[in-house]
Amino acid sequence: MSTFATLMAASSVMVGLAGENAKEAVEHVTEHAESGLFPPLNTATYPSQIFWLAITFGLLLFLLAKVLLPRLGGILEERSNRIADDLDSAARMGREAEQAGKAYEQSLSDARAKAHNVAETTRASVTSELETEMQTADEQAAKQMAQAEAKIQKTRAEALANVDEIASQTAQAVVEHLYSKKFNIASVRKAVKAID
Amino acid sequence: MAEGKTSGLDPIEQFEIHPAFEKFGHFELLGYDVTFTNSALMMSIAVALIGLFLFTGTSKKALVPGRLQSMAEISYEFVANMIRSTAGRDGLKFFPFIYALFMFILFANVLGLIPFFFTTTSHIIVTIALALMVFFTVVIVGLWKHGLKFLKLFVPSGVPVVILPFVVLLEVISFISRPLSHSIRLWANMLAGHIMLKLFAIFIIMLFGALTGAAKLGAIAPFIMVVVLTPLEILVAFLQAYVFAILTSVYINDALHPGH
Repeated sequence: MSTFATLMAASSVMVGLAGENAKEAVEHVTEHAESGLFPPLNTATYPSQIFWLAITFGLLLFLLAKVLLPRLGGILEERSNRIADDLDSAARMGREAEQAGKAYEQSLSDARAKAHNVAETTRASVTSELETEMQTADEQAAKQMAQAEAKIQKTRAEALANVDEIASQTAQAVVEHLYSKKFNIASVRKAVKAID
Repeated sequence: MAEGKTSGLDPIEQFEIHPAFEKFGHFELLGYDVTFTNSALMMSIAVALIGLFLFTGTSKKALVPGRLQSMAEISYEFVANMIRSTAGRDGLKFFPFIYALFMFILFANVLGLIPFFFTTTSHIIVTIALALMVFFTVVIVGLWKHGLKFLKLFVPSGVPVVILPFVVLLEVISFISRPLSHSIRLWANMLAGHIMLKLFAIFIIMLFGALTGAAKLGAIAPFIMVVVLTPLEILVAFLQAYVFAILTSVYINDALHPGH
């Protein structure tokens, strides 16, 4: 109300400026109030105002309560239901996505473990196979080596045995050539043996 | 006051009540004059506009609201939240009543700001009728729901017995004076606002007429005041409707929950 008082003070200043007309108007105001004709206090208009207020406000109340507010409330409720539904399904989908993610992680780690396992077993079996094969190969090599050794031994013995014969025959040929007469191979052999 | 040379320069003239349609003359009902006046016309326009606003606003029933529907929804939520916060959830039974009061007063106030339009709420009889309606609603609902326990409203708990009669007396007086303060607050605001606007508007004309030459520019001072006051009055129009509605829901809260 203090603003109102300030404004009234300001207006009285302006009344001074405005001159006669304004004073007249303001006097009119006061005259109105004093004569009891100030419209809001004129009781003659009260029945009409109350009557029409009752009718218009009653109509408004009826319209609002029976038609308009239920309509508006229905729209709002529908929307809030829809939003709640959507939020629910969003939450559900979120959960599902999370589960799917987990399942994926699970299968991924399973697969990884499996792959690791397969690699391990393969490596183990390959290693053992390799070992057995190595062993057999070793064994075979050893056997062949022994055989070869034996053969060499034999060949050598044979070769050594042949040396005497070759020497005897060579000696026989040399001697027969030297002496121009036949020599018995047995006697040559004996002679070659005697040289040893 | 329609005649005379001061016509149009009288800040009180805007509150005059006269038949809206002169040719229909006066109506009488049970010996009372119930002529369809300019006040009745403005009430009807207000109700028609509220109806139109809400009807067209809800005609599409859109999930994503347009402008008008959005405004209708905001008004709905605004009043509903106001009731919930003051009178609780069970106060929502009175939602149509409080919403009707809020919208009726808001439209009456705002329409009254349009030049040449009559302000129905600038008449004490209208505001006191609305306030008494609230008052009797509170008394009847209070007695209906709580019987004589409703009188606990006047007996605050935890008050020493010695001063209790005094406190009860005060509570009774404050309760009975509620419709008075409830109605006069709205009425006085509307009345004062309109007188003030009109006064400054008159000063523009008078200064312009009284001053000569370049001094005529002095009339710009009251003009600026009118420009400043108009948005203020729009604010007051809304604020008083809000105040009336929130006080109504506070009073209804007393009827619903009388124990302090």
